[in-house]
Amino acid sequence: MIRNVRAAYLMLSPTLVWLLIFLVVPVGMIAVISFTTNLGFGGILYEFSTEAYRLAFSSLYAQAIWQSLWWSIVATVICGVIAYPFAYFIAHAGKWKNLLLLLVMVPFWTNLLIRLYSWIILMNNQGVINNILMKIGIIDEPITMLYTPFAVIIGLVYGFLPFMILPIYASIEQLDKTYLEAAEDLGANPVKTFLTVTLPLTFPGVLSGTIITFVPAVSVFVVTDLLTGGRLLMIGNVIRDAFLVEMNWQLGSAISLLLMILVLISIVVLMKFTSSEDDSSLL
Amino acid sequence: MREGTRKTLFIFTLLVFAFFYIPILVLMVFSFNDSKIGTVWTGFTFDWYIRLFSNSQIIDAAFNSLFIAVVTTIISTVLGTLAALTLHRYGFPGKRTVGFVFYIPVVIPDIVLAVALLVLYSFLNVKLGLATVIPGHVVFATSFVILVLLARLAGLDRALEEAAKDLGANEWHTFWKVTLPLIYPGILAGALLAFTISLDEFVVAFFTTGPGSNTLPVLVYSMVRRGVSPEINALSTILILAVVFVIAIVGWRMNKMNKQEGEV
Repeated sequence: MIRNVRAAYLMLSPTLVWLLIFLVVPVGMIAVISFTTNLGFGGILYEFSTEAYRLAFSSLYAQAIWQSLWWSIVATVICGVIAYPFAYFIAHAGKWKNLLLLLVMVPFWTNLLIRLYSWIILMNNQGVINNILMKIGIIDEPITMLYTPFAVIIGLVYGFLPFMILPIYASIEQLDKTYLEAAEDLGANPVKTFLTVTLPLTFPGVLSGTIITFVPAVSVFVVTDLLTGGRLLMIGNVIRDAFLVEMNWQLGSAISLLLMILVLISIVVLMKFTSSEDDSSLL
Repeated sequence: MREGTRKTLFIFTLLVFAFFYIPILVLMVFSFNDSKIGTVWTGFTFDWYIRLFSNSQIIDAAFNSLFIAVVTTIISTVLGTLAALTLHRYGFPGKRTVGFVFYIPVVIPDIVLAVALLVLYSFLNVKLGLATVIPGHVVFATSFVILVLLARLAGLDRALEEAAKDLGANEWHTFWKVTLPLIYPGILAGALLAFTISLDEFVVAFFTTGPGSNTLPVLVYSMVRRGVSPEINALSTILILAVVFVIAIVGWRMNKMNKQEGEV
């Protein structure tokens, strides 16, 4: 047993050391930096200060934080509403199932930047949508779609919808059909069977879909960057600018830390919804 | 499903696929458009593709991305396989904590890891370049290799390993002759995942690459920021077709494997 324990630690050590150096220590460093004093131009004075946090919650940046939260929640909900019936149909598509699933994998694996770029072509003032609408005479002047929260929501939904679809699909696919038959035999109508059997049993899929959609959505900066030309800001934009433009490492670190805590809290809260017995399913 | 429900769902599914594919198809169509401004069709041309292949920036970025992805795949497959085997096989004090640490990269926002690495490099006075992208990619990829392998290992029949031991094979022999061949598809799937994650990754690369050593996504980002240009359409079309090609092959292989398993 002792020998086994030693062997286990030995085999784990390369991976653990890697994660220690390139994940745990760096994150620890930004945690420390967020409480130091800013000397400007990336300069750090090791004197305790909560100035970065005060700045993060000041009106200047609070708006970006609330916007990201709000937009990513809206986008996640829209993704869920679209993904569930979509995944449900694919899971019941018989011999077409695999092909349809592969068709979902194409947008899933196509780079987010490219997919966002395709919406610039569509939503531009001289873009495809405006051209078509003007040609059929529905509008006389182009509608401004880029640079608006609408564009941000479109970008978030388009960007992260596959993240929602795949786990929901997996949970519907793995659903034990005998439960459905049992419900039917016991006289439940299809609607009731769906609401009382299918939906609760596939809830873990909805949950993991929600997490892996919300986490990148709330922290992404390229959606606002590309679809609003940086006019609207999300948390990611603020962090990037703090590090690369304003050179205020304390502020960037503080907001990064807040973002991480926010993500962890939302995961814990969402996890509370499922049965706590198989918390081992995390890994 | 009742016929009415099925029909409604079918139409809904079609609409979602339209939502997925119309933007991509429009983008691809305009890569053949004979106009610089780009959103009105003026005629067919291959010019943008020809320009693309003479653009050394793009070729360099593609090779940079491949280099990073290959190194990331090798490191994270080795690290991930070691870790997954250990987690599967041994009970040891602190196992839960270790499992938790391995799970962090899956849920940590990429931008947090990116800026944290930037801070680390700046403290250590490491000059940013191509190689500085790799550690962050390995952090992400390793966790996914572990996830994929643990799923494969969970389906592994322990009796096969025990049989080998009963028949006199030592631990090393059992591993090479029994365990490894059994989990090999999992390792391969993990490696493929690691490779694609690294190839596709933008945020960590954006923060940790040095000036002049763009990866493909970083280059695409800087091009897209400058606005619509048919050259980006052409580059995007090639990248999308590459994705379609790989997915078709993987899908075909999986289909074949499923059929074989079905026959056995």
